[in-house]
Amino acid sequence: MFTAVLYAVTMIFFLFSLAKDAKKTKMALIKSWKSFANILPPFLTVLSLVGLALTVLNPDLISRIIGAKTGIKGMLITSAIGAITLIPGFVAFPLAASLLEKGAGIMQLAVFISTLMMVGVVTLPLEISYFGRKEAFLRNGLAYIFSFFVAFIIGMVVS
Amino acid sequence: MKNLKAYGPFLGVLAVDMVIVALNRELGLEIIANTGKNFWEMLGVLPPIFLLLGLLDVWVPRETVVKFMGERSGVKGVLLSIFLGAAAAGPLYGAFPVASVMIKKGVKLTNILIFLGAWSTLKIPMFLFEISSLGYEFAVTRWIVNLFGIIAMAYLIESVLTREEIDEVYKKHAVDF
Repeated sequence: MFTAVLYAVTMIFFLFSLAKDAKKTKMALIKSWKSFANILPPFLTVLSLVGLALTVLNPDLISRIIGAKTGIKGMLITSAIGAITLIPGFVAFPLAASLLEKGAGIMQLAVFISTLMMVGVVTLPLEISYFGRKEAFLRNGLAYIFSFFVAFIIGMVVS
Repeated sequence: MKNLKAYGPFLGVLAVDMVIVALNRELGLEIIANTGKNFWEMLGVLPPIFLLLGLLDVWVPRETVVKFMGERSGVKGVLLSIFLGAAAAGPLYGAFPVASVMIKKGVKLTNILIFLGAWSTLKIPMFLFEISSLGYEFAVTRWIVNLFGIIAMAYLIESVLTREEIDEVYKKHAVDF
């Protein structure tokens, strides 16, 4: 259902763009294809890895490490993974969805998603070179703490 | 398909799957079935999202908007920063060069920080994908809480930085590099 609506809306935008400016639309298509081709290999890798790992790993184990009952301890684990790793959202969301199905806790996954997007330990040197040490540490530190706040709220809303 | 090498890890995983099928037929076929289900669910959503990304990239000009986000842009500047960040694509470090151009053109620091925040976590195409993976409740709650959090953090960071430190950042981006 959601996918069908998405296709329809995209089609409308696309036709509108085509009617207004064919050249620009072609440029958009090329850009779209390029970024799609870029994301495809890691995407396929992770989807197939997820298919393999989550069939072999049993739900008991997953829920014991990062299940809803692991509370703060599980959240500290997932937030550390999120803050350190650089996984694109296109890959992280399906991964989180599969983990959720297999018994991981919603707050543990929410803090993972938030830290993944907002905190960048690996890119910290780059950020320092752009905005200075103080901004970089403040932004990342605040974002890390804030991620827990977001997770608690999501935990309250999504049951 | 110019870099077939990039598909190496994927083919590697498939090879492992095949070995498992050979050793333990039942488990192997279950893996294949789960992998297929993953592909069907996730790959189906991608084409329209990437087409939207391309259209956004082409139709939303960067420089014309930059001038609306200066020191006196007020609420308008905040909203524009959110919109620009949310309409973007790519990982957060892709936002740094854009932010650098914005600083150079005189965009206010809080707007820069809001822009970075929006880019990191409010991206619309990503939000659509998040809905399809984790559901409306999860995605919408996260989006709304983040929206306020990003603005609050931007003002908090700006208030902690001294005038000199801010000037230092702007000076850094005054010259081309």
